[in-house]
Amino acid sequence: MSPRAAWRLESLGFGEVYEYRAGKLDWLAAGLPTEGTNANRPRAGTLARRDVPTCGLEERLGAVRDRARSQGWDAAVAVNQERVVFGLLRARELAGDPDQLISKAMRPAPSTFRPYVLAEEMAEFMVNHRLEISPVTTSDGKLVGLLLQKDVVEMGRKGA
Amino acid sequence: MPTEIGRNELRTMVDAGAQLVEVLPAEEYAEDHLPGAISLPLSHIDAEGEKRLDRNRPVIVYCWDVA
Repeated sequence: MSPRAAWRLESLGFGEVYEYRAGKLDWLAAGLPTEGTNANRPRAGTLARRDVPTCGLEERLGAVRDRARSQGWDAAVAVNQERVVFGLLRARELAGDPDQLISKAMRPAPSTFRPYVLAEEMAEFMVNHRLEISPVTTSDGKLVGLLLQKDVVEMGRKGA
Repeated sequence: MPTEIGRNELRTMVDAGAQLVEVLPAEEYAEDHLPGAISLPLSHIDAEGEKRLDRNRPVIVYCWDVA
């Protein structure tokens, strides 16, 4: 739609026309602020816990588990140096062989969600799919934080 | 030929005075739009574009994505 709009404006004589082709989805996925009736409604990106422990693929499971637990977590997200999500370690994965590499221990390629999804929609999805935790990522796969089902359900209760 | 820009260029250009235009239907604009954007749905451009936009300033248009 925006290419047609841009071309039409140009044909109407506007000299400097630009197109933000990645559009509103890109903006929302980056977690940037918006205006409008949905602007103040809680979203996945609002509720995602940004303090979730992260780890690299070449770390040992035992060290990651100790680090996560010392921070009060029973989960961690495996990422690269750019914080692109490669895997998820839930309590069951963290309970594995402490000498195992994260690349072997993690649950690879977990489902991820964009920051703009409304919290109420996330709550319904996570409950229906029995997802206790889920990474929230930008459109280019970078970790925003970890969303906990209990957080979105609680938010839904408050909003009801 | 319209020039394609990214998120960072958009912010810089809007700060410098470019006009930001969402061309989606007005209901979608009402729910969520980029800060400072005006609503000018694609179907209204012919009738309203010249009245509502300044020819002397850059115009940036966007919709959801490439669709």
